[in-house]
Amino acid sequence: MSLTTNDPGGRSSAPSRFLWKVTKLLATLAMTFFGLLLVTFLIGRIVPVDPVLAVVGDRASQSVYDKAFIELGLDKPLYEQFWIYLQKVMTGDFGQSFLTKKDISEDILRVFPATVELATVGILIGTILGIPIGILAAVKQGKLADQMVRVLGLIGYSAPIFWLGLLALLVFYAKLGWVAGPGRIDIAYEYSVTQKTGLLLIDSAMQGQWDAFRNVFSHIILPASLLGYFSMAYISRMTRSFMLNELAQEYITTARVKGVPEWRIIWVHALRNAAVPLVTVVALSYAGLLEGSVLTETVFAWPGLGQYLTNSLQNADMNAVLGGTLVIGVIFVGLNLLSDVLYTLLDPRVRRRG
Amino acid sequence: MSVADTPRREWLLSDQPTSRRQARLGQMYRTWLAFRQNKLAMIGLGIVLLLVLVAIFADLIAPYDPLISGDLRTARLVPPSWDHLMGTDDQARDIFSRVVHGSRLTLMVVALVAIIATPIGLLVGTTAGYFGGWTDTILMRITDIFLAFPRLILALAFVAALGPGIENAIIAIAITSWPPYARLARAETLTIRDTDYIAAIRLQGASSLRIISGHVVPLCLSSVIIRVTLDMAGIILTAAGLGFLGLGAQPPQPEWGAMIAAGRRFLLDFWWVATMPGIAIFTVSLGFNLLGDGLRDVLDPKGRG
Amino acid sequence: MTDLLNVKNLRIAFPSRQGPVEVVRGVSFAMGRERLGIVGESGSGKSQTGRAILGLTPPPGKATADRLEFDGTDLRQATKAQWRDIRGERISMVMQDPKFSLNPVMTIGRQLTETYRTHRKATKAEAQERGLEMLNAVQIRDPERVMNAYPHELSGGMGQRAMIAMMLVTEPELLIADEPTSALDVTVQIEVLRILDRLVSERGMGLIFISHDLRLVSSFCDRVLVMYAGQVVEEVKATELTRAKHPYTKGLFNCLPKIEGGERPLPTLQRDEAWAL
Repeated sequence: MSLTTNDPGGRSSAPSRFLWKVTKLLATLAMTFFGLLLVTFLIGRIVPVDPVLAVVGDRASQSVYDKAFIELGLDKPLYEQFWIYLQKVMTGDFGQSFLTKKDISEDILRVFPATVELATVGILIGTILGIPIGILAAVKQGKLADQMVRVLGLIGYSAPIFWLGLLALLVFYAKLGWVAGPGRIDIAYEYSVTQKTGLLLIDSAMQGQWDAFRNVFSHIILPASLLGYFSMAYISRMTRSFMLNELAQEYITTARVKGVPEWRIIWVHALRNAAVPLVTVVALSYAGLLEGSVLTETVFAWPGLGQYLTNSLQNADMNAVLGGTLVIGVIFVGLNLLSDVLYTLLDPRVRRRG
Repeated sequence: MSVADTPRREWLLSDQPTSRRQARLGQMYRTWLAFRQNKLAMIGLGIVLLLVLVAIFADLIAPYDPLISGDLRTARLVPPSWDHLMGTDDQARDIFSRVVHGSRLTLMVVALVAIIATPIGLLVGTTAGYFGGWTDTILMRITDIFLAFPRLILALAFVAALGPGIENAIIAIAITSWPPYARLARAETLTIRDTDYIAAIRLQGASSLRIISGHVVPLCLSSVIIRVTLDMAGIILTAAGLGFLGLGAQPPQPEWGAMIAAGRRFLLDFWWVATMPGIAIFTVSLGFNLLGDGLRDVLDPKGRG
Repeated sequence: MTDLLNVKNLRIAFPSRQGPVEVVRGVSFAMGRERLGIVGESGSGKSQTGRAILGLTPPPGKATADRLEFDGTDLRQATKAQWRDIRGERISMVMQDPKFSLNPVMTIGRQLTETYRTHRKATKAEAQERGLEMLNAVQIRDPERVMNAYPHELSGGMGQRAMIAMMLVTEPELLIADEPTSALDVTVQIEVLRILDRLVSERGMGLIFISHDLRLVSSFCDRVLVMYAGQVVEEVKATELTRAKHPYTKGLFNCLPKIEGGERPLPTLQRDEAWAL
């Protein structure tokens, strides 16, 4: 989804054009969020599970049941129910989890850092490997290196992530013992690190607990590499195609005419231009990792949003499922927006137009 | 190439086709010739054809029944051997037979999702593109909202609401698959809409419905089909993911994702139970990826990437 | 005196499904520090000839020649290091359209100083100063602003001046100008040409001027090569164009509109298949 706004106000002055752009962007965002809410609300209504029973339990008396029915607003028409839902969500109230008996917003805040940490390490691995590999493939187009990158990418596109995760656990944890197993940190260290940011790598490093840091690292490296591999497959493929496009441009010939060394042509001239669309790709694959994390976290028993979501799913905890879905949707939209903003900052052709 | 083939080949490759049929067949033949050059794409085609054949002849290929357990005392978790090519699972069922029968489920998911999602995408996209204005804005906003969720997450939420099961998984995947097709169809429609021949048809008094269904949709079809083919692997992986999470096909159905989930418990000691169905998923989605890549290279050289 | 550039039997071929297609088929010429024009219609191979001199035939094309010498250096055998010393330092090229030939995400200043700093040991400040001088030399009025501008912020004429500045900042011995004014407005063309003309004469360098515009070339160059279908069909002094012998050259010349009347409508060029043989 693109939030880039087209500017129909062609020749109007710069400040008013800027205002128009911002207004339009905000309107688009508001509509998208409204839509997200509507979708989650409607999904919530088609559930065959009786939401009242979920609250009061199936042994409650008729009067308790009726009271809860009215409390939940289920006697009101659908649009009114949606309005109530809207108001609640705006104040961060997604209701209570049937499973943990806590506010869902609280639950999500608790598990979210684990997912962020995993996805961030993953995207770092994917980007640091993916961009050079993609450049290599573009420069060696059609040669062996290019073919190998293509095959590597195809495997990433084709292998089920949960299956690769299981195999990786089997090989690197069970057989070779190179890394720690499922989970985020060993129990021995769990209470020695005070959670400030919730990102255990950062927390343990800041507190100088290097043993704990090593332990966290050996837990995170396998799932993060796996996620990194999948984003690498996408990033390297896009890098290759952007670079091929740039390297065919006339300004590259100009640079060659100038006698600029080849490494500079690739890494400075071409990459600087390819970087503009690449930012979008990296942001999108970061968002994609959130999706991948649902399966990865399940395999690696990683206590993040993905595992929370699947746990809730398996226990028909609908409020939690919809809350989690909504949060991921919002993050997804946010990352899209961020990539558009970065795009604008990176491309002087867009930037100076105001 | 035998001598008898030559005239037919010439007829197909003629510069001056004498009939519309000859032109169309010739075009298809040329596409095929270009496609055949691409070794990887041919491998992909081979894998997909193999999948179809295995699904059709599953009863003949599978040596054992996929659902009925063998002798629980002696035949549980047997490693791969000549008797059991892929070993057996904890219910003493032959994994090879289950994988073979699972191909039917995979093929069904892919086919049904394509049959449901493609028309929705085409309908929404061409309507939005053809009419423009408010129709366009509203339809595309809706499309964007669906695109705002990661696909697997939205499918999860839908399955959670509809209840687990392979039918619901198919519906959920289809609901989350159509938006990209709608976008593509809209973009194509926008380029077609203002051409002179559409104007000519309009002047002849054709209704919008007729123009869209008779002229716009057929022109959008090929690019949408390429896109759907490219998506097939993703659909398979999503279905397998849902199965793995216990939200797709339910036991004892031999769905590959669910089989991996079942084998997960024995992973450390009996690796084959989870590994074998994974190889099947991997092979099939690789096949679709290779096929889709090849098709795109041949039919849409601009979209390479 | 040795020639500045000596080309013998230059051939450039691109592979295709039906086998290699030659776009340049045996071009030979020699030149000193003079102005040589190469004229031909699009597809005649004139631009590819220019690029081949710099060893920049785009892959998968292949350039071969019996002789390709620049000031005594055999360009066919040139190593990467030799090429680096030649390109931008001794031979430069002004490309056709500044919209495409300038890097869109680098400021003019960075692109201009890059040429200088690639070839000279210079500090940033020195390169900057040299760049400003060069922008002055191409008659850009506020060089500081242009140094900090991105290519899309400049008009075509300004962009092409910056291009010329960028290519001449190292004072090369040979400049190849590949249709340097075709992408510009007619009014700007003359100005840019005048600047190019002055800089070339001041520095006494060789110039290969590639264009489809016969009149422009004849007024600007000493000698003209006329190319057709990958071959040189005629070589004449610019002053003697009216006495050209080849029917293609004559045809081209007759197609030009003349101020003092002449034929109307303008005659169209009649091609003869034998020319391409």
